[in-house]
Amino acid sequence: MDRPVDPDRAAVGVVARATRTAAVALPFAFLAVFFVYPVATIVGRGLVVDGHVDAGPVLDVVRDAGLRHVLWFTVEQAALSTLLTLAVGLPVAWVLARVAVPGRTFLWAAFTVPFVLPTVVVGVAFRSLLAPGGPLDGLGLDQSLGAILLAHVFFNVAVVVRAVGTVWERLDTRQEDAARVLGATRARAWYEVTWPALRPAVLAAAALVFLFSFTAFGTILVLGGPRFATIETEIYRSTAQLLDLRAAAGLAVVQFLFVVALLLVVGWLQRGAPALDLRARAASARPPRSARERVGVVAALTPAALVVGLPLAVLVARAFDTPGGVGVANFRALGTLPERSALFVPPTEALRNSVLFALVATVLAVGLGTVAALAVTGSRRAIWELLLTLPLGVSAVTVGFGFLVALDEGILDLRGSWMLVPISHALVAMPFVVRLLTPTLRGIDPRLREAAAVLGATPTRVRREVDLPIVARAATVAAGFAAAISLGEFGATAFIARPDRPTLPVVIFRLVGQPGTTNFGAAMAASVVLMVLAAAIVVAVECLRDPVATEP
Amino acid sequence: MRRFLSLLVVAVTTVASVSLAAPASGVTAAATGKTVTLVTHDSFAVSKPVLAAFTRKTGITVKVVQAGDAGAMVNQAVLTKGKPLGDVLFGVDTTFLGRALDAGIFTPYDAVGLDKVPAGLQLDPQHRVTPIDFGDVCINYDTKYFAKNKSVAVPQTLDDLTKPEYRGLFVVENPATSSPGLAFLLATVARYGDNWRRYWQQLRANDVQVVNGWEEAYNGSFTAGGGKGTRPLVVSYASSPPAAVYFSDPRPSKSPVGTLLDSCFRQVELAGVLDGAANPTGARKLVDFMLTKKFQADMPLQMFVFPAVTGTPLPKVFEDFAEVAPNPLSMTAERINANREQWIDQWTQTVLR
Repeated sequence: MDRPVDPDRAAVGVVARATRTAAVALPFAFLAVFFVYPVATIVGRGLVVDGHVDAGPVLDVVRDAGLRHVLWFTVEQAALSTLLTLAVGLPVAWVLARVAVPGRTFLWAAFTVPFVLPTVVVGVAFRSLLAPGGPLDGLGLDQSLGAILLAHVFFNVAVVVRAVGTVWERLDTRQEDAARVLGATRARAWYEVTWPALRPAVLAAAALVFLFSFTAFGTILVLGGPRFATIETEIYRSTAQLLDLRAAAGLAVVQFLFVVALLLVVGWLQRGAPALDLRARAASARPPRSARERVGVVAALTPAALVVGLPLAVLVARAFDTPGGVGVANFRALGTLPERSALFVPPTEALRNSVLFALVATVLAVGLGTVAALAVTGSRRAIWELLLTLPLGVSAVTVGFGFLVALDEGILDLRGSWMLVPISHALVAMPFVVRLLTPTLRGIDPRLREAAAVLGATPTRVRREVDLPIVARAATVAAGFAAAISLGEFGATAFIARPDRPTLPVVIFRLVGQPGTTNFGAAMAASVVLMVLAAAIVVAVECLRDPVATEP
Repeated sequence: MRRFLSLLVVAVTTVASVSLAAPASGVTAAATGKTVTLVTHDSFAVSKPVLAAFTRKTGITVKVVQAGDAGAMVNQAVLTKGKPLGDVLFGVDTTFLGRALDAGIFTPYDAVGLDKVPAGLQLDPQHRVTPIDFGDVCINYDTKYFAKNKSVAVPQTLDDLTKPEYRGLFVVENPATSSPGLAFLLATVARYGDNWRRYWQQLRANDVQVVNGWEEAYNGSFTAGGGKGTRPLVVSYASSPPAAVYFSDPRPSKSPVGTLLDSCFRQVELAGVLDGAANPTGARKLVDFMLTKKFQADMPLQMFVFPAVTGTPLPKVFEDFAEVAPNPLSMTAERINANREQWIDQWTQTVLR
């Protein structure tokens, strides 16, 4: 095109492009500094001897029968956890997306609550159900693979419900209806119309659940007991107990390669996803019409209600259980326990720290994650998306000790700074933000943009009026998730040198770490406070993200 | 969209610069000697007035950095040797002292007040580390359980635990993942010498339960803990009885837990000035302060340990409910350091496989 170029406009364009490039580079710079560099440094310490890379420790993981067994068990329990979580979570996603059941917002919230609970507390709840003397002792699940799997379902059902439910509720039901009218059976219509649309979200959820289970640490130690070891618990043992960086580095490399392979496979499976015709949510939800449908809804919700509900019920019951009977004494103790301590602060003060860190972590994770998701969606190269998910697949111990040995100079010497806490939370939350946003972004129908452009909208205006509202809605959901992750995160923060600003999970950990019924009671009460806080965030997000539309 | 991105850039840059400015100010303060940084484990606690007293006396503010459990903390200190996380390290104990000394992370210092610490607690003749407190790892029993079940007497010795009447009553922590678990393994090695594996075979045959952490053992499996467990014998601490009384509401007249004194293993906790400390003068002052009566007397109710300095007044709940073994089991740091991993491996083979 031959058009005279207005020099001013050209300059504006350059600045805009530079700004955009800088913005897109930010999340990757963040990952480079706070993830790639620390991890590479600590792994390098273990593998580089006299300037030569020693692959021995990596090969050991495959050569050594004991370690091979650990590797196999890690994969096995993660795969089983993923399948089980999908089996329990998908029916819930269906109900919440398609059926106008009473108290939907409450259900959304209830299934997200486990996400913020510290493993040590969940361990107490599960063990009081499963251990000898508990009501489910007969199942023989105490300190078994079964207990590990149930705990992973408990923690991760929210991931499936969220990632799949948010797409499902916006799918246009009329396509499925059309297929039925054209003579397809209900199953065939679902398989040919709905499933292809849901598949990317299901795969994304499965990948996240697998990564979480693959790198799980607390659940294996607390619920599996001493007879189970995974790559993650072995990295922890080698690094934090034995100080054997060689072995730890070997395990870390194997863990890394496995995660990369998995993400590549998932990326390949997700290719060629159709653009979705996303509609206002709830337009497709309707109350159950027949007794059969009502039974279906109950059947879909029951497994999840049991796995998530029972442990939560135990925690709440324990929080109100005092030596003098049912009462609120444990909650009253939250403001005073422990007495006069400078570090081991009362849970109320820890709650303030938690909220502050959650705010900073959410700003970081959503800000960087949104930019990254936009960049990733625009690019054809899957490598970036992969890089953005990696922090979930790398051991918290490796990252934590990596911070320690890498970030030790000049302005990057953040060791002992409180900022390291929200930064490590953001590292965990950012992949979530990206994974939650990309299916939505990819699903924006290009025809919407084309229509806007045809009607005379500038590219900027197309982005502002078409993309932004959709992104903002999804980002709100992601922000809720990021805040919840930060509130409950203990894994990574357990392995960085923490400043004297303990978060609520840290204080809960300390309360259950001392004898005495008031400590235990206060820990349970503090956990209930965390649960309520998480539920409040979810409800707020539900109310914010968009008003439930009604059929026109 | 562009405005949205620009806003993000501004937000993120602000957060980033705040984060980078924060530690910088810390460094400046340390350089002028106004701040001393204490690196310690997650169980550290001190009361506010005591820290304030130190600041009043010296003009130095204490910044505390917590670095995981005792083992993880020592490993972090070893890995950051020369560029330490702080000036003083507190909380290295008998089980990991050898590793810390071998790595050379401390500079020697003769603390003021060391002469009042019993010789038995002074583990390093070169004074690279100063003993601050001790906390014995012991078997605790549920007093109510044994009062109710008259047919079973409270066990008196380690040997008793292998007898049929204590079958299925005992829970221990995995020495590979738990500090009291490791101390109890060392206790059995100290008691039985080369025959320690046979003792554990007998415990295993008597249905001992192994869990990974103190929390699972005490709050999950133990009958007198927070949970509703089924085992009245647990590896815990000599300070558990006073703690169980102190953290009960209302406070009972008799402790819900007792201590099997024959099983106690002495764990000394020590502090040292870190090599490469930004404020070595402040570091030495802080170590001195830890041996003063003010700090020593504060420790029992903050960390549930026993003060190292002889003659430190104990809180009433300790006087009334804590029993200290007259001749606890112990082992030198060198012997522990030379055998720790090997023993843990052998224990795993014996008890878990």
